[in-house]
Amino acid sequence: MCATCGCSDESGVTVTDLDAPARAHPHDHPPGSERDHDHDHVREHDRKTDIHQDRLIQLEQQVLAKNDMLAERNRGWLDARETLAINLMSSPGSGKTTLLERTIRDTGDDLSISVIEGDQATFLDADRIKATGCRVVQVNTGAGCHLDADMVRRALRTLDPPIGSVVVVENVGNLVCPALFDLGETARVVVMSVTEGADKPLKYPHMFRTADLVLLNKVDLLPYVDFDVTAFATAVRNLKPDAAICEVSATKGDGMDAWYDWLRGQMGDNRVK
Amino acid sequence: MHELAITQSVVDAVVEKLDGADVRTLTLEIGRLSGVVPDSVRFCFELVSAGTVLEGATLTIVEPPGAGACRSCGDEFTMEDAFPLCPCGSADVEVTAGRQLKIRSVEVH
Repeated sequence: MCATCGCSDESGVTVTDLDAPARAHPHDHPPGSERDHDHDHVREHDRKTDIHQDRLIQLEQQVLAKNDMLAERNRGWLDARETLAINLMSSPGSGKTTLLERTIRDTGDDLSISVIEGDQATFLDADRIKATGCRVVQVNTGAGCHLDADMVRRALRTLDPPIGSVVVVENVGNLVCPALFDLGETARVVVMSVTEGADKPLKYPHMFRTADLVLLNKVDLLPYVDFDVTAFATAVRNLKPDAAICEVSATKGDGMDAWYDWLRGQMGDNRVK
Repeated sequence: MHELAITQSVVDAVVEKLDGADVRTLTLEIGRLSGVVPDSVRFCFELVSAGTVLEGATLTIVEPPGAGACRSCGDEFTMEDAFPLCPCGSADVEVTAGRQLKIRSVEVH
């Protein structure tokens, strides 16, 4: 239990501001944030059913109702700040962090980017992002295999992104679980690398069917691996006919301009920097 | 293993709605295209429900089949898996059923 506010953190999730002086206290209590610190308990007492009258109680409630409600709040909070949020998902090792490092360096002149890093453990990725000079908050999920809307809500309050900026949420490396959880993002971007094999969209359809953009990374390795780009693109389009696909190499820089153009297009007129 | 988080959401929602009444049965609706594995939910349920009003309750899971409507030919068809592919060959399909993830009802003592 947190000694500052008394909140319980039984799930083991921690949100850490990489710019905070010490990492000992895993979540912030900035001045004047008391109203934010309400934990968003859903209060629906008015909808409670009188259990003494009914034996069978129809609930007809979405299982993810609470997550979806918190995600919508995040979306509204981001909209009010004219801030674009990208939910960046992939399997571990596909190059999300390397892609972000290069993106931050290459677009620094016209895009203001900050990052929420999601991993089960360590600050390794957040430290890499911080080294680029970018604002970053690390969410460690403990045993958790995905980020949810409440974790992102807490991280956004800590991150406090400027108006008209881009927040990239680097989800926990996993092609399964993150697909089901709306975080309040503006768009979903799935990264896949050519070393993973072209059959991955077929094996993980739930991840690819919600993607707005698929970044095929490590294309500089195509001469050395057996990867059918056409079959991959067909599999993606069979799941999501309007998904954009960009072939990129985050290490060599190939094709990155198309990704930046897509990002700028998403920003639209919200760009202020 | 997102089923653990899903099952926790179910238990939290039911506990919040019921003022301490013991639940005898809980009925969930998990569509076959939802991306949630019913057996995993059953596995997690006993663990997550321990110490709550749901402890010892029977978990019933209804699994509605998937269905799609083709935007190209207008055909409506059942979907066995998560791939929205119409028999006509078009992938431009609206999934009309099978993604449900709902708490349908509880029966209390």
